[in-house]
Amino acid sequence: MRYAETGFDLEIDLSLGSIERVASEPDLAEYYLGGQGAAAKILFERVPPETDPFSPDNLLIFGTGLLHATPAPAANRTVVNTFSPQTNLMSHSLFGGFFGPELKHAGYDRIIIRGKAPDLVYLYINNDTIEIRDATHLRGKGCAETGDMLKKELNDYKIQVAAIGLAGENRVYMATIDHNHASAARGVGVIMGDKRLKAIAVRGTKDVNIARPAEMFELCQSLHRKMGGSSGCGDWMAVDEDDSFHHNHFAWGNSRTRIKDYWSPELQRRWTDWKYDHMDRQTGCYNCPKKCRNVISWPGRPRFAYKCFGKDTYHMAAFLELDFSYEILGVAQEYGVDSYSTPQVMAFALELLEAGILSDNDFPGMPSDTRGRFFYLLEKIVRREGIGDILANGTWHAARQIGKGAEAYEHNTTKKFEQLPIKLGKLNPAYFLMIATGEKMSITQIEGSFPQDPLPTKEQREEFVGKWEAVPDEKFKKYFLEWEKRSDMSDDRTFDIVDWNEAMHYIDDSLGLCGFVSSFRGQFGGDIAYHMNNIPQVISLATGMEMDKEKLWKAFQRIRTLVRAVNVRRGLRRKDERPPEDHWAVRDEEYEQMLLTKYYEFKGWNSEGIPTRKTLDRLDLGYAADDLEERGLLAAVESVPVKTAVAV
Amino acid sequence: MNTQVRRIGGAAVNGRATKIVKEIKVDINKCTGCRACEMACSAFHAKPKYSSINPARSRIRVVVDELNDEYVPIRAGDYTPSECNGRHIYTIDGKQYSECSFCGACCPSRDYFIEPDSGLPLKCDMCENVPPLAEPMCVQVCEADALTYLEREVEREETPQEKRGQMEVGLESLINQYGIEAVMDSLNRMSKP
Repeated sequence: MRYAETGFDLEIDLSLGSIERVASEPDLAEYYLGGQGAAAKILFERVPPETDPFSPDNLLIFGTGLLHATPAPAANRTVVNTFSPQTNLMSHSLFGGFFGPELKHAGYDRIIIRGKAPDLVYLYINNDTIEIRDATHLRGKGCAETGDMLKKELNDYKIQVAAIGLAGENRVYMATIDHNHASAARGVGVIMGDKRLKAIAVRGTKDVNIARPAEMFELCQSLHRKMGGSSGCGDWMAVDEDDSFHHNHFAWGNSRTRIKDYWSPELQRRWTDWKYDHMDRQTGCYNCPKKCRNVISWPGRPRFAYKCFGKDTYHMAAFLELDFSYEILGVAQEYGVDSYSTPQVMAFALELLEAGILSDNDFPGMPSDTRGRFFYLLEKIVRREGIGDILANGTWHAARQIGKGAEAYEHNTTKKFEQLPIKLGKLNPAYFLMIATGEKMSITQIEGSFPQDPLPTKEQREEFVGKWEAVPDEKFKKYFLEWEKRSDMSDDRTFDIVDWNEAMHYIDDSLGLCGFVSSFRGQFGGDIAYHMNNIPQVISLATGMEMDKEKLWKAFQRIRTLVRAVNVRRGLRRKDERPPEDHWAVRDEEYEQMLLTKYYEFKGWNSEGIPTRKTLDRLDLGYAADDLEERGLLAAVESVPVKTAVAV
Repeated sequence: MNTQVRRIGGAAVNGRATKIVKEIKVDINKCTGCRACEMACSAFHAKPKYSSINPARSRIRVVVDELNDEYVPIRAGDYTPSECNGRHIYTIDGKQYSECSFCGACCPSRDYFIEPDSGLPLKCDMCENVPPLAEPMCVQVCEADALTYLEREVEREETPQEKRGQMEVGLESLINQYGIEAVMDSLNRMSKP
């Protein structure tokens, strides 16, 4: 008997219409945990690097985390991996809610989807009953609407549904996969749409077994209570109405303008009223005591939910107020588009119009007011109509398709993917490395354990480290105690910090844990529930596997390095590892490149950012080293002197 | 979670013997729909305790309809052998609820509170345990305080009901579901060498 995992994958071929239940490799969890780790292994082995993301041979993987359906609180983030047409790299996304645990109770650790259906279908999973069913009646339906319709027609409100909206059906690159009020962004909905898979409906009533039951339950209940009682866990913006953090510091419009004194008490009062006059409730995800999602009913619009910065992106892109985000979010979420990248694409289009690169002829019938324009662009993009067909490819591709100097207006991408609209003054080395080398495509998916800023006094710093349980090594306490100015950190310490930040995300995304109680949240207050010092025990108690801090850290390095190998095979190189050129006003190319070289060495990668044979062997990834060598990716680069390999 | 047990009522009613009635109060406006109660209930009632997780075996369920903003935790009550004929829709605070949203009965018209393997009805036992729990498991894990535990002192009935064993309760459920003849037939068949 396996513990915590089911030991079975579902293999679905939509071209053939075949369904197989396949036992997963027995040691998959030991080496790759689950979630993103297991998906990276499968993508490396089964999708040759020449495979076009729109090829039927591309795989779309819905993975549960190793701790899903155990008593571990906040273990509920379903992991979606595939290859993205926007970046041509491994696409990694997550959504909260109830889907992953339900899938495990149906008896599967993951669903691996290949091929393409001839027309729109949905996948029905009810324990051992698995069917590919016609979904043409769901064509054009909203994401939540699809879930609701399936629950009604299957006469079971306990079914969990993940679905795409019109955007996914039309292969919009910003398309999301939505599950009730949770959403997987960063380029996965487009592939679900390309495979003509409208939705997955899952219901499971099987047991998931726990290796050491009483100890596991007791530990998890104490973690559950800690999360519930700690303001260091969850989204504090669900309860704190002061959002000067995003509005005074992030850039408005097409990631252009900072308004440093935007926030005011009067505005906060007005916006707080808007929120509470229209909020039905705050909801949580499976087995999590936090309530991060604000559920809003805006008159005449579909009910929707948001968390954190998700409420700001549309009105900041449009230079409007919160009521505009509330007005458009319900509509945009039903179409299924990413609320981080989509508003940037719209603001980019309007800048091109203003600059005369696009003309009124490109926007026939567009209203003259900003609200109307954003709604107009949303309709064009999700339908791929007119200019929307180009904008639907994201700013990087759209700029090159439009030409005529549009490239200069596409200024906020890394690896062709829209970044958060942050424009700052002085270079921050840790953030340079995180944005440059991150392969989860967003700073929020790599930052998070070490605080963003030092505390002003020694006493405050001492108090902070005195309560800091999350550090994987005592040296981080020393770093923090001795840290006085943001820019005053040695390179070696910066590497340790960036590595720890990244480690927690790779662990969370393989175990299915939520970053708001783990990887992302520690930077704000330090008081998180999951960290390197207790996660090994949770894994051991749940699975029966032997696990300790060193072994878990090595699992992180293995998964992270394998993801790098996956992307290197698809062409990722040093030249791609650049934050947006205007991310900081003051840059130092020589220092940045030196930093990158030294960080690659720290990671065990060569000067092109390719993991070395030695690193791969140490991490039990000899098969990946063999493959990279066969493709000439290792030998060729390692013989090139560092200097000439530096991209400028 | 509310660790304070609230007792309502005096020591004795009209000087007669009293008993404690355990109740779980539900505040549907506070429910976040996290279903921690389902997880914990299924873990507590697993054999051995906590050895497996399966919300489908839980004796509490959160009826959720996100589009309608409906979040109603209901506990498994008694089995009713026939379908309810009152199909009413209630509108509360502008939201529509069906009668089923509030009804804890296990009945043939829906599959709430039916043991997934055996098809037998499940019933909340307020977490009977030795030693007794301070509060039922679902209340203990409800950080949203949607579930609160209270004990009420009520007058004891003159003739206390005979306490029935587990086997008798189980047999009655089988009889209710399949009819006494089918159960007798099965027992006869099984008892033959």
